[in-house]
Amino acid sequence: MAGAPANLNLAGLSKNDYRGNPTTLCQGCGHNSIANQIVAAMYEMNVVPENVAKFSGIGCSSKSPTYFMSRSFGFNSLHGRMPSIATGALFGDHRLKGIGVSGDGDSASIGMGQFKHVMRRNLNMIYIIENNGVYGLTKGQFSATAERGLSLKKQGVNPYMPVDICMEALVSSATFIARSFAGNPKQVKELLKAAFAHRGIAVLDIISPCVTFNNQDNAYHSYAWGKDHEEPLHDITYIAPRSEIILEEEMKDGEVREVAMHDGSTIILKNLEQDYNPTDRFQALRVLEEAHQNNWLATGLIYVNPEKPALADTYNLVDTPLNRLTDVDLRPAPEMIEKINALMF
Amino acid sequence: MNKVINDFSIIVGTKNGSGSSTANNTILRAIFKMGIPVSGKNLFPSNIQGLPTWYTIRASKDGYLGRRETNEIVIAINPDSFMRDLESVAPGGAFYYADNIKLPISRTDIAIYPMPIKELTKNDPNIPADYRDLVGNMVYVGVLAQMIGIDVEKIQAALDFHFKGKQKPIGMNMGAVHAGIEWAKANLEKKDPYYLEHMDKTEGMIMADGNTAAAIGSVFGGAQFVAWYPITPATSLAEAMNDYFPMLRKREDGKHTYAVVQAEDELAAIGMAVGAGWSGLRSMTSTSGPGLSLMTEFVGLAYYAEIPVVIWDIQRIGPSTGLPTRTSQADLSFVVGMGHGDSDSIVLMPGDMNECFEFGWRSFDIAERIQTPVIVLSDLDMGMNQWMSKPFEYPTAPMDRGKVLFEKDLEELKGNWGRYLDKDGDGIAYRTFPGNKHPMSSYFTRGTGHDEYAKYTEDGGMFHRNMMRLKKKFVTAKQYVPKPVTFLTPGAKIAILAYGSTESAIIEARDLLVSQHGIKADFMRVRAVPFTSEVDEFIRNYDQVFVVEMNRDGQLHQLISLAYPDQVSKLKSVAFGDGMPASAKWILEGILSQYTEPAKASPVKKVAVKKAVVKKAAAKKAAPKKKTPAKTAKTTKSGKKGAK
Ligand SMILES: Cc1ncc(C[n+]2csc(CCOP(=O)(O)OP(=O)(O)O)c2C)c(N)n1
Ligand code: SF4
Repeated sequence: MAGAPANLNLAGLSKNDYRGNPTTLCQGCGHNSIANQIVAAMYEMNVVPENVAKFSGIGCSSKSPTYFMSRSFGFNSLHGRMPSIATGALFGDHRLKGIGVSGDGDSASIGMGQFKHVMRRNLNMIYIIENNGVYGLTKGQFSATAERGLSLKKQGVNPYMPVDICMEALVSSATFIARSFAGNPKQVKELLKAAFAHRGIAVLDIISPCVTFNNQDNAYHSYAWGKDHEEPLHDITYIAPRSEIILEEEMKDGEVREVAMHDGSTIILKNLEQDYNPTDRFQALRVLEEAHQNNWLATGLIYVNPEKPALADTYNLVDTPLNRLTDVDLRPAPEMIEKINALMF
Repeated sequence: MNKVINDFSIIVGTKNGSGSSTANNTILRAIFKMGIPVSGKNLFPSNIQGLPTWYTIRASKDGYLGRRETNEIVIAINPDSFMRDLESVAPGGAFYYADNIKLPISRTDIAIYPMPIKELTKNDPNIPADYRDLVGNMVYVGVLAQMIGIDVEKIQAALDFHFKGKQKPIGMNMGAVHAGIEWAKANLEKKDPYYLEHMDKTEGMIMADGNTAAAIGSVFGGAQFVAWYPITPATSLAEAMNDYFPMLRKREDGKHTYAVVQAEDELAAIGMAVGAGWSGLRSMTSTSGPGLSLMTEFVGLAYYAEIPVVIWDIQRIGPSTGLPTRTSQADLSFVVGMGHGDSDSIVLMPGDMNECFEFGWRSFDIAERIQTPVIVLSDLDMGMNQWMSKPFEYPTAPMDRGKVLFEKDLEELKGNWGRYLDKDGDGIAYRTFPGNKHPMSSYFTRGTGHDEYAKYTEDGGMFHRNMMRLKKKFVTAKQYVPKPVTFLTPGAKIAILAYGSTESAIIEARDLLVSQHGIKADFMRVRAVPFTSEVDEFIRNYDQVFVVEMNRDGQLHQLISLAYPDQVSKLKSVAFGDGMPASAKWILEGILSQYTEPAKASPVKKVAVKKAVVKKAAAKKAAPKKKTPAKTAKTTKSGKKGAK
């Protein structure tokens, strides 16, 4: 038999099988291109859509799960509370991979608490923050990632320091942290693939300009600014598990570093600027701090630790998904009632 | 002096954190083992160490388990509350105190018994120095045992139980008990009338607290996911789940069929619980007022998105910290419409230990059947205090998982289904669980407007249709929620309506109404919202219905008034909330203050009361031969216990 037709992937699915409903976001919104890259990445990764569950909070960004993978279950929950919904839901079937989409308002303002706690729990989910520095859906207020001094039409000048999502993730013990830019679809896609292969929480802080409310040329989250200031850490290419690649231990300028993902697949990092080791938390902190001081957008895989067990793995759950257990597994036998009554004095 | 046997209250005044709970529980359990109906209530402050705390024990030959406002025996161990404790002794009562407290005692109408607690423990070589204060508490157990006649063997049994058979602490504590007994024998002369004597009224009964009962019931209900955040008085419920899951759901492969997650706050606790409910797990959380208010937005979403989840609200009084260690029934108004916009809640209201257990499992059946949040309203008095009870009963019905479609079902339907399609006409649609591998299994859950196929829409007509279907589910729910429990007396013209932990105090008040005032009252304890038809039929039978509850505004009264507007004129609110468990005294006074003598020939025609669930008093069941005043001979019982 010949191989699968060219337009079908190894899961036997066409790209269409990964699409969602037509977008209702503004034309040119960065969020749309991210949804498109999710479609492409999942198609190229041969992901079975039924093995994915989509989650979001509230915002333009949080509408995104409607726009990709219609065959996956989805839950558009409450403003800032996507992490908790996803945490409970993924206990239902520990084999599921979560893809969460949130905004900077959703995650860095109202949802900061849940954002940080889901990091330390290491839920098995890609956590995308479509970061535009504003509240899109409520029409252009400052979010917590807006840079100081930014001025918006109805809001005046932002007097506060911005929250750095990658930094917050790092200090909260996230196990995979990357930053990208919606205008760099190739990198977004490759990071998505790497994130998918990571078992645990994978934070993708994707600068995703709001064309409607925050796109002044000098604003941090605008296309123009992004294009000028983007400072890639390294090229990143995803290689499917079948190809084995062996890399040296030490990385020097221009060299490559391999990081093994939990599922046995690998990502290769090309270090452009410096001897960067994404498994070193200290380096990660430094890179973020340097970028901050230099007003850079450091993009790429900033940190990864594939060793830490994902949340469900720490619960010693039965192999059968919990949501397929029946009375026999769940209700103690009749004789246990006497035992219990005897314990009640 | 006439002896008063098995009918008095003891209160022990100590300091929080002084370790008196072992001693107090020992007294309680020993009395229970003597066959005497008894209840114990911890009246404690919001404090870890140092503030005054009281433990009340009521022995009642008649089986009354409610709080009494009089204490015949007072034991004072805490200098800080000494004067107040002394004041509180009922005239003719007995006052025991630690004799290292050197404060003036001016009362002459009571018996005074000093106890050399410090002396006795100091001289015991078997007690290590740092255990002296702790074990010292057992001295008053010994003194009391000698003076009122607590059976020493039963004390031993209580300590065996408490220390799970560990000989060293048992021996040490029994030593102190014996020291107390010997000393009292040699030095005290009985000057009060209060005695205990063996009875047979607790045979076959158990002792439990409501939170433990709820936790165990939930495990028997197949609970799979618990997310919670600590708050008194709900904490011990989730902690008990941690205790009983491993034992009751032990598997040979050592793996778990459940997960308990301590969340970062109640927002996350309910979020996780709703997420788990959505994905097909029997999911629950437990909290109290302040935590419940944080959960509101999610409960509103879960109602609208039709997600089963069980929320135990162990009610306490006041906002923020309020009086966090005091009981209340003041969350009812809040929970019935919990959410935003049009919303309805299914509320279950257990009234005793057995029902805490039963609603533990039944709540999941109802939540999954109706696909909606179920809130179980308990309270601190039920949740944290020890109550004697009939043994827990194994679930009488198999688990009801509601309407769920798996791969093979979708295969049969050829994938043709709609998440919000009312196929059966009962308002309840079919759902699928994430992880279902059928390509047509998935749907998108949202708080935004959606059609029958879970597709986004802002169409007004669709929104309205959906809301009407949700309403229909609550009519359907009436056939699944527990029916009320009824206590009837032939000839009663008035009735009492209540819910939850006030039952025992109401039964006592009802007996007092007859014995002191010649007024007979029927009593219905409501066990769920939405109200079932039995409530309606009951109210219509009387010319005065007193709605008794522990809050300021009469929330159940308001709710009943809204449900049966044509009956409002006969409804009278007896509401009181000071944080203390209900007592027969305020209930009686509350009823009498609003009672109007019925006109000679009452125009109300009595309709035969439908055979509602009629409950037997706990003590009665244990000793079927002897009638207790709690159930006068005239009390009729009909129907069988159990809820659909
Ligand atoms: C509890 C609550 N408060 C406020 C809102 C209103 N609200 C909707 S979206 C939003 C901000 C979303 O901003 P962000 O997460 O940055 O997403 P964006 O629209 O920019 O993609 C707010 C405040 C809400 N839905 N819920
Ligand atoms: S308002 Fe901004 S964030 Fe929202 S859809 Fe439009 S461009 Fe995107």
